[in-house]
Order: sequence, then structure tokens, then C-alpha cells
Amino acid sequence: MDLHFTTEEIAFRQEVRAFIRDNLPADIHAKMKLGNGPGKEDTVRWQRILNANGWAGLSWPKEWGGPGWTAIQKMIFLEENQMAPAPELSSFNITMIGPVLLQFGTEAQKQRFLPRAANLDDWWCQGFSEPGAGSDLASLKTAAKQDGDHYVVNGQKIWTSTAHHADWCFLLARTNPNARKRQEGISFLLVDMKTPGITVRPIISIDGSHHLNEVFFDDVRVPLNMRVHEENKGWDVAKFLLGNERTGIARLGKSRERVNASIDLAHKVNMNGQPLIADAAFRQRVAQLQVEMKALEITQYRVVSAHDKAGGGRPDPLSSVLKVKGTELLQATTELAVDVAGPMATPVWAEELAAMNESDELLEAGSASTGSYLFLRAASIYGGTNEIQKNILTKAVLGL
Amino acid sequence: MDFDPSDDQRLLVESVSRLLADNYSFAQRKTYLARPAGYSAEMWSKFAELGLLGLPFAEEYGGFGGGAQEVMLVMQAFGRVLVLEPFLATVVLGGTAIRTAGSAAQQQTLLPAVAEGRLKLAFAHGERQARYDLTDVVTTAKRNGGGGWVLDGSKTVVSHGEAAERLIVSARTSGDRYDEDGITLFLVDAAAQGVARRGYATRDETRAADVSLSNAPGEVLGEIGQGLAIIEKIVEAGIAATAAETVGAMEAMNEMTLEYSKTRVQFGQPIGSYQVVQHRLADMFMAQEQGRSMAMLATMSVDNADDAERRHDFALAKVGVGQSGRYVSQSAVQMHGGIGMTEEYAVGHYFRRCMVIERLFGDPAYYLQRLANEIA
Repeated sequence: MDLHFTTEEIAFRQEVRAFIRDNLPADIHAKMKLGNGPGKEDTVRWQRILNANGWAGLSWPKEWGGPGWTAIQKMIFLEENQMAPAPELSSFNITMIGPVLLQFGTEAQKQRFLPRAANLDDWWCQGFSEPGAGSDLASLKTAAKQDGDHYVVNGQKIWTSTAHHADWCFLLARTNPNARKRQEGISFLLVDMKTPGITVRPIISIDGSHHLNEVFFDDVRVPLNMRVHEENKGWDVAKFLLGNERTGIARLGKSRERVNASIDLAHKVNMNGQPLIADAAFRQRVAQLQVEMKALEITQYRVVSAHDKAGGGRPDPLSSVLKVKGTELLQATTELAVDVAGPMATPVWAEELAAMNESDELLEAGSASTGSYLFLRAASIYGGTNEIQKNILTKAVLGL
Repeated sequence: MDFDPSDDQRLLVESVSRLLADNYSFAQRKTYLARPAGYSAEMWSKFAELGLLGLPFAEEYGGFGGGAQEVMLVMQAFGRVLVLEPFLATVVLGGTAIRTAGSAAQQQTLLPAVAEGRLKLAFAHGERQARYDLTDVVTTAKRNGGGGWVLDGSKTVVSHGEAAERLIVSARTSGDRYDEDGITLFLVDAAAQGVARRGYATRDETRAADVSLSNAPGEVLGEIGQGLAIIEKIVEAGIAATAAETVGAMEAMNEMTLEYSKTRVQFGQPIGSYQVVQHRLADMFMAQEQGRSMAMLATMSVDNADDAERRHDFALAKVGVGQSGRYVSQSAVQMHGGIGMTEEYAVGHYFRRCMVIERLFGDPAYYLQRLANEIA
């Protein structure tokens, strides 16, 4: 047992921090520091900088451009990148389709897609959820029927994040409607978003942003060689994908960044005639969040360290703890930022306001905080709702 | 970072667990409680035979040569069965005091005696007016003219204060109440003239005592006037050890509750088949694991030489473990329903131990306040 970071790990953290400080474009940094999310171009620009440094592959093997980090180093990188704050790596590219292709893909699929995924030359999206298949994913209805050397895909996906930016979509479709069990008739397909028959419709979320979409498939022809793994074995791929890299899901660095931003802002706003930072209730609330962030940090290192030792393999049920506690913290820290902003959390920072105010930092930070507070209500819903995570714990850990 | 115990540590856990499995069922524990001392002298001897009473002492003093990690592992096992014997008071608190502040001669005399089970210690620091403030010491010590020292004052809720043959007592040798300087630690023979002890049960079924000192002779432990740093070390060792004990207690409560949910049938089904019960169990499990992480934080902080960081991390750990323990305890009783309210059933005993631990060395509210004060 050694409960401390090694000197190499401490040096690695310094290296990552210095690289981000020296290479993160100033305009992206300034925008994110106010609490804004990165735009598509920001994410692409930053991921390419990281990729040029050999860092975008995160957990990929070195032969496919991965940095060859230990799981602990990976966590350190993610935490530093979030705390900077810098745009996060495209999770669809790096922690979903990349590992899936490495595990199940053909040589041709790997050659074709992995380098482009690392460099964000292809922007991927995930076609899993459907109107009738949310937490109960295996009830999905989108069908893929074979026709010569193609599948013909018909159906509808929903909550498809960034589908409007995407070049490619990995999706689950039913290839055998008569399978004995619902899970056994599903295949995992790679679909070029430019294929005729695909319609993307925006869903505007409660933060006012366009992140989510509905995607309709009408007689969309997908070559058979765009299937990953065997036909009707797509559920195994999906389980691998959902179980893989759960450790990053806590997004602890993001929570820390939000708390730090709230502390900064609390120096600049008043409460009963003194800066909010002097308010006892505010300080207690921050202290309580610090306690929870520390507990999550250590639990996270326990999970990744065990994962590293086991050489990957089955996902640790403890990763459900990371998902639940991590997203609760994300929500609590964005809620804190909104409460600090006070009345300045209510205006929508849009063009009309920007035109009236000469760069008002408080107003912009307040508005951005509200944006991320509203958007992150989704955190306990996506990636398997927190209630589903508790079901997983119930089965996997408690054996009920 | 590596969270797996070493082979030696695994062996230690195995042998302690085996001893407790054979000797510490809830029914056996009841018989120990019925002894006059409120614990079992035979168990104490068995701990000594196994080397546990010298666990954190150097081998030259008859010790096992272990550190904070070994104490964590043992305390976790103790927490699972609610060990009654004064291990915390004697080995962890008393042992830390002597290891940290004792002269070579004091260590040579006292540590082997503790390791062999011949000497029990207690840490007599808290005073009625002090609550959790470590500097609030009004007990005084003055020179007696013959080169020795005598103490006057009273100490309260001294854990296992009745059982101990030697007390480690804090007293003012200079300065005023709340001054950081001027506190000195003394070794006091519990049987000496001028020492009076009044014992009582605490809610966790262990024993504590109020100690009054009237012209009681004491031997200086450590540097005169510089006792606060040692007291902090003792308290930190205690926080780490009781954090681990809480983890063990949480494990036991969660296992008991899970088992109960599988066997208790209502509306024709085991209550564990109801999702509302399942999700509470999942929440209890999460609290246990977050608490375990915080107990690890406390353990890894024991030897941290950076004062500010160490104090900060202990505060985080104390709050986190305390809150986890409280949540699991309350939930465990709730999930058991009526039976959880009974003295006859084990769960309420774990509840009470966690409740007492929460208040040893400062409670979550106290440490949350400390953390809040640091924010800048």
C-alpha cells in the first residue's frame, strides 16, 4: 500500500500543467474561465494541439498514437485539463469509438478511423437512445436489414449530442427482430452522416443551447464492412463501451474548476455589506464541497489503480459510485456558481446585452454559470441515469 | 499510488480476523461486557500474544514495527466486531504520546510494558469547559520544590481512564487558557496520591472516567511548554484510527442490513426486492466507500510533514468519515425497522459506537468550521 503520488506522478502533473499553460490558446482559455463551454472549433483546435504532442489518444496503445500513460497518469491529465479550464477531449472519439475499434474493429476499420478520430478529423456521435429506449436501451427499435452488401437502416435516435457537428455516427440497430432475447439481435454499425436518408433535427435544451438532436434514418444504406464485431453481437460492444473509461466520468477537475471560479467571484460580489467570501454560510458550503471532492478523488484513484492492476477487463462496479457522486458534485458546484452570481445569474448573455454593456465580467460569468448549471442537470441523466447506477450497484455489489 | 495491502499486511489482517472470528461474536462480546472492567482480560492477552499491543512500536522496544497503515487495518477489523478492549487508548493514543515525546529511558520502560500487555495507558486531555478546543487547558502543573512536578485540575470523559495504570495528562506550566505555548504533558501514576478517578459508561458501552488531580505528582513527557504539538500528533493518530474503526463498523452494518433485507418478508416478498430499499442500500454502500477513501486519507496524512496540508487533510477526513458513519448508522436502523431499535440486536450498538467516535477529537461541525476558515 502506498497512498501517496510517486515523484514521477508529481513531476507528470507539473509537466501537464506547464504544457497546458504554454499551449492553450488564450481566447479559448478566457472564454472557458468565465464558465462558457467550448465551441466545436475550440474543441477541434485544442484536441489537435494535444494530438500533435501525442496526448490525445489517452488510453490507446502507443502503436495507435496513444501516450502510453498509466491509469493514474490519465486521471492526472484529465483533472489538469479540466481545471485549466481547457476543452475536454471528444469523448465519443477518444473514450468510446477508439477503444471499441481497438477491441473489436477490423484492421481496415482501425486504419481508416483511429488516426482521424485522434486528430478530430472525424467528429463522432453516438446513436444509442431512442424515444422508447432510454434507460431500457435493449428495447431499441431502429432496424438494419441486409440487402446485398449493405444494411438498410430505418428508425429514429434521440438525445444525440453534437450530431449536427458529426461526420460519423456509431449506432445500435436491430438486425434480428426474432432473437430469443432482445439483447441478442442487435448490431453495432458505423454510419457516415453524409449518407442519403439521414435527417438531423435540433433539440434546444433548457440552457438555450443546441447540443442535442433527433436523428432520423430513412432507408440509409450502410456497407456491411461498417459493422463492428459479429452480427447480432452489438450488445457486447455496447456493454464494453459503456463499461470502458467510466473512471473519467466523475469529471472531478471540472467540479474543482467551478468551485475555484466561485471563490474568485465571491471576492467580487457583496453580501450584507461585505464580500460574499466573508460570509460564514458560503464558506461552510464550499468546505462541504471540498470534503466531497476529496473523497471522490481518492475513490477515483482506488478505481483506476485497481483497473490498472487487473489490466483492464471488466468494469469495476465502484465506477457507478464515481458516476453518481461525480455528477452530484458537478451539479452542486454549478449550483454554487449560480448562487454566487445572485441576480446576475438571471440575464441571458446574448447579443442584445453584449451590445449594451462594455465587457461586463460579472454579468457574463453569471450568465455562463447559469448555462452550465442548467445544462448539467443532464449529468445525472446521461451515461446511465443515477437511478440506473444504483440498480447496477444493487445487482453487482449487493447481489440483490 | 497503490491501494492494495502488502503480503505482510494481508497476513496481519488474516490473523486478526481469525482471532476475532473465533472470539468476538456478538454473544461472546456480551460476556466480555459483563466483566467488571467492561472488557476481556483474556482478549487483551491474546492481542499481546499476536503482537498487536506493540503494533506501531519499533522492534527495539518489543514492537511489531508497523505504521499508520497497519493500525488502520487492525482498527478496521476491530470496528467490524466492536472491540471493547482499550487498544485505542493504550496503543494508539498513549503509544503515540510516548513514541513522539518520550525520552529514550521512558520509551525503554514503557513501550515494552505496553507491548507485553502489562501496562495500560489513557490520554487525559479534555476538560469540561474545553469542548473540542485543544488549547483550552486550565489544569496546572507547578514544581514541587524537589525537582518534580505536581498537577491540579480535572479532566473529563477520559476514555478507559479507570483501566489505565498510567495517565498522560496535559497541564499548563505557563501562559493562559487558549495559549498555544505553555502546555506540557505529564505521565501520572493513576494510583498516586492526589489522583481520583470516577468511572462511568459511555453510550458505546465502553468505560470513561473523570479524573481529578490535587497536588498529584507527574513526570514530564516531552519538552516543557511545548505539549500542543504532541497533543496534535496524538489526536491525529486517534482520528486516523477511529476513521478506520468507523469503516469497519459501516461494513458490518451494511452487511447486516443487506442480510436482513434478504430474509425479512413483507407483502409476500423479501424487502430487498423493493427498489426503494435497494437504492437506500446502494446509498449506504456509496457512503461506506467514500468513508473508506477518507479513512485512507487520514492514514496517509499521519506522517505528512507539511503542517498546513496535514491539518487540512485531517479536517477533510474527519468530516467525511463522520458524515458517512452517521448516514450509514441512521439508515441501518431505519432499514431494520423495529428490530433495529432493540438492545438485543447488534445494529444499534454499532450506531452508538459511531456516534461516540464522531465526537472523539472534534466532530464534523467543528472541522467543517476549520475548513471554512481556511478558504481565501
